[in-house]
Amino acid sequence: MEHHQLAIIGGGPAGLAAAAVAANAGLECVLIDEQATPGGQIYRAVNTIPKQRATLLGPDYQCGQKLIDQFNKSGASYRPSTTIWNLNSQREIGILHNGQAALLSADRVVIATGAMERPVPFPGWTLPGVMTAGAGQILLKSAGIVPNDGVVMAGSGPLLLLLAWQYMRAGVNIQAILDMAPQNNLWRAMLHLPRALFVHHYILKGLKYQLQLRRAGIPFYKRITDLHAIGNDSLAAIEFSDSKGKQRIETSLLMCHFGVIPDSHLSRCTGCKHHWDPAQLCWRPVTDEWGNSSLDGIAIVGDGSGIGGAVAARHAGRLAGLESVHTLGRMSTNERDEEARADQRWMADDLNIRPFLEALFRPSPTLLGSPKDETLVCRCEEITAGTIRQALHAGHQDTNQIKFFTRCGMGPCQGRQCDNAVSQLVAHELGVEMGITEGYRIRPPIRPLTIEQLATLQGVDEDK
Amino acid sequence: MKTDAIIIGGGLMGLSTALHLGLRGVKALVLEKDSPGRHASGVNAGGLRQLNRHIAEIPLTVAAAEIWKNIRNLLDSDCDVELNGQVRVAETEAQLRSLQTRVDELQALGFYHERIIDKNELYRLVPQLINGCVGALYNPADGSARPFHATTAFRRKAISLGTQIKNGVNVRGIEQIQNSWRVETNQGSFSAPYLVNCAGAWANQIAATFNEAVPLTPKAPMLMVTERLPPFLKPVVGAVGHKLSFKQTQNGTVIIGGAHLAHLDLEQQRTEIDFAELKTSAKTVTMLFPHMASVRIVRAWAGIEAFMPDNIPVISPSAKADGVFHAFGFSAHGFQLSPIVGHIMAGLILDGKTDLPIEPFDIRRFQMREEHRE
Amino acid sequence: MSSIFRRLEEPDMQWINIDIEGKTVRVPVGETVAAAILASGLHSCRTTPLSGESRAPFCMMGVCFECLMEIDGIPNRQACQVQVKEGMRIRRQIGTGEEYR
Ligand SMILES: Cc1cc2nc3c(=O)[nH]c(=O)nc-3n(C[C@H](O)[C@H](O)[C@H](O)COP(=O)(O)OP(=O)(O)OC[C@H]3O[C@@H](n4cnc5c(N)ncnc54)[C@H](O)[C@@H]3O)c2cc1C
Ligand SMILES: Cc1cc2nc3c(=O)[nH]c(=O)nc-3n(C[C@H](O)[C@H](O)[C@H](O)COP(=O)(O)OP(=O)(O)OC[C@H]3O[C@@H](n4cnc5c(N)ncnc54)[C@H](O)[C@@H]3O)c2cc1C
Ligand code: FES
Repeated sequence: MEHHQLAIIGGGPAGLAAAAVAANAGLECVLIDEQATPGGQIYRAVNTIPKQRATLLGPDYQCGQKLIDQFNKSGASYRPSTTIWNLNSQREIGILHNGQAALLSADRVVIATGAMERPVPFPGWTLPGVMTAGAGQILLKSAGIVPNDGVVMAGSGPLLLLLAWQYMRAGVNIQAILDMAPQNNLWRAMLHLPRALFVHHYILKGLKYQLQLRRAGIPFYKRITDLHAIGNDSLAAIEFSDSKGKQRIETSLLMCHFGVIPDSHLSRCTGCKHHWDPAQLCWRPVTDEWGNSSLDGIAIVGDGSGIGGAVAARHAGRLAGLESVHTLGRMSTNERDEEARADQRWMADDLNIRPFLEALFRPSPTLLGSPKDETLVCRCEEITAGTIRQALHAGHQDTNQIKFFTRCGMGPCQGRQCDNAVSQLVAHELGVEMGITEGYRIRPPIRPLTIEQLATLQGVDEDK
Repeated sequence: MKTDAIIIGGGLMGLSTALHLGLRGVKALVLEKDSPGRHASGVNAGGLRQLNRHIAEIPLTVAAAEIWKNIRNLLDSDCDVELNGQVRVAETEAQLRSLQTRVDELQALGFYHERIIDKNELYRLVPQLINGCVGALYNPADGSARPFHATTAFRRKAISLGTQIKNGVNVRGIEQIQNSWRVETNQGSFSAPYLVNCAGAWANQIAATFNEAVPLTPKAPMLMVTERLPPFLKPVVGAVGHKLSFKQTQNGTVIIGGAHLAHLDLEQQRTEIDFAELKTSAKTVTMLFPHMASVRIVRAWAGIEAFMPDNIPVISPSAKADGVFHAFGFSAHGFQLSPIVGHIMAGLILDGKTDLPIEPFDIRRFQMREEHRE
Repeated sequence: MSSIFRRLEEPDMQWINIDIEGKTVRVPVGETVAAAILASGLHSCRTTPLSGESRAPFCMMGVCFECLMEIDGIPNRQACQVQVKEGMRIRRQIGTGEEYR
């Protein structure tokens, strides 16, 4: 089996920073990422993109190039277009590249797989013409593809606003922006404002985007409830309610977004400890200040360990890099602590914004905990909220029993789209919202593998 | 609360025992440390197989098959039972001859449920099988069911007959107080005149409290399931020359097993898939069903099950303690037997006997061996 | 129906030809199949095996599995994770992809 001192999974800011630190300190280190180019979600395709498109995406995007240059110079080896489908507690890593599967092992593993958008079921969310804002942004970043006829953007979270601003600069017709954050979010967020002011540039940026979008004459609808996507075979219109009553907008494209959550399938697959974070409303691995998980030699950093944004991810990546260098015997405790100080300070500063953002953009509890009976919760197996409630009241009182009984979460996406929704629905029905204790048990392969690929798996003792 | 019998373990064996006691008016209390069907019973492959069983199990498996045929009569649910047969493929003439020997042996004992089929019939039943196989052992009355649904159906029916089930209750100690068994748990103690050990992979720990050491090994067989495919296969397929169980379910997914083992940490109740082992399984599939090569595996998992060295269960009264009964050690083929095991246990508990031959499953077979060695 | 997406006009693109639902379509090198079909005006990439309703790419990052398509005769491939290649044949997947098995 191919062996490495350090394997880093994910080439976003966290992974790139970890790799650069570790390789610069002389560790033999490999960074594995399923994208074809480095950068992760935020800096997707930054080093291959046409200049004009990069300019349009804004300076926050373009600065990713620096991080990639540092990584390239560091001497860490890089495996792009390589998907990880398993990681176990013994730090055996299942990879797939060009159709060839193999097992690798490493003395240490840093998981930096980042975030995914929070899936939130609402009526009609499976119609063609409804997609996530992240999907829209990926189309823009990696392919220069934008809405043609017009688009309605709905939900809450910085990414929604950022994409709207980027679309505006690309000349896209934004028909409306629907703000779905509940009214009292603003007051709750104000409690965290003093802390947030330490990093007021985030707030100013948000205000700037809003201002420019409003100046451009884009209609904003506030405090939206009851969002429905309507259409037969594809989206024809959306309906919703606001303070003026029921509204309808004809549109062929809806982009929705409800914040991001850690993409926790890989970390959960290892079996390390996780907990439900009631502020971020998602599963997070239990980690220490260096990103170490409850399993020996496995660290999780960046948005994959809890949402902190790209800057915090970069610092956390550096810290995990230093810790790797330290635990693999190339740096004393003192040296590590010395080197880490600046990153720790910057990271702590940067994270001051999070409680404010979490409170401001928190999706409504009704949206998360009580979807209507007819709403599809599991997109793959087409299981409705009503079916889940029935199973629950028939005595299957945890998410895994509901999964076994209804097949909810057993389809091709392996539960990624319904895991949180089911956890929250169950908790809501049982009245234990704050104390969610169980999500789906995540089973490998966490990315699909064909039988042939498994049959020709490399790196195992032949027919032992 | 007064209980007639305490059953340790809310898997199929415990639930079936509770159900059959309930049918005879006896109310049982089932103590389950996790949730019903959390272990082997809820996550197994759901194979209803009489084919190729240990000779000692034949009378039981045949009786169980009768119940599965009309499972709705017992459980008020059909558990998605599908009886499209099971085949055991022979790739060589020598393998086919060994299967013929088995059929002869069974017929001498008066059992006619297994038969040999020729090449033509095999390919009619399993058209996608690789060319060149010579025949198979076949039982048209075999098939499969959905394990978690079956477990749920057993649980519901047992409850409707007066069974009480407590989840999250872990049995930690057992004491005899006069004519009653007192069970200590993380949630208080419970007493009853009868005690039934259906603790699956943990049953040896329970047996040990009665000084009945049994050579039980907990193991975690793995399964994998594919994406949905158009229907191509009705019967469940095994093969003489390979560790394989291969079946397409009603929803189109294919479940692939073959008793390849995962890494098991019994203490933490954690299993970890051994992909080196699964590779063998995948190779077997690509060899026998080449059209499966490009099919995606969606999930692999393992269930924790009790294995006995002779691969047949313990179904017997305790040899050391009055009022104590055991049913465990089903060695990865207990799903099919579950409805009859409850029937046997109810008989043993209430009548002191059963109408089926269970001598081979006596717990003393291990104790005798132990004493012999001493 | 008109396309719900368009391409930004960018200089110096390199193009290749692929086949989407029997039609030859010009697409830039390096693009994913999901991006290519959306830009080509295809609204939905498949129907579900259960109810048969139409679906389209939803997340574009490999986590929703809505973009399953038949690519070069192999069904159930994640179109948002596969890059286009000259001559590639792309079909909407109907249900489990029966015709191609
Ligand atoms: C769709 C999307 C768009 C976003 N856009 C922005 C933005 O424009 N601006 C912003 O400030 N924030 C954005 N974010 C938030 C973003 O998560 C963070 O700001 C930042 O990218 C986090 O960095 P990271 O290093 O933790 O993870 P990421 O940048 O997400 O990097 C994780 C990397 O791991 C790879 N990966 C994941 N799983 C596997 C696997 N199984 N095998 C191999 N590789 C794998 C991914 O392909 C990715 O390259 C976005 C988030 C999402 C989900
Ligand atoms: C992967 C796999 C595939 C299989 N496929 C098939 C098949 O196709 N056909 C077939 O016939 N059979 C099959 N089997 C075998 C079948 O599943 C088992 O034989 C059967 O389910 C055993 O049931 P049980 O009740 O003895 O065990 P279990 O279902 O394991 O139940 C035992 C229960 O006891 C509980 N328990 C243990 N200790 C305590 C305690 N101290 N206090 C409280 N509760 C306790 C446990 O939590 C557990 O729930 C398979 C098994 C596996 C693992
Ligand atoms: S669009 Fe979500 S996986 Fe491809």
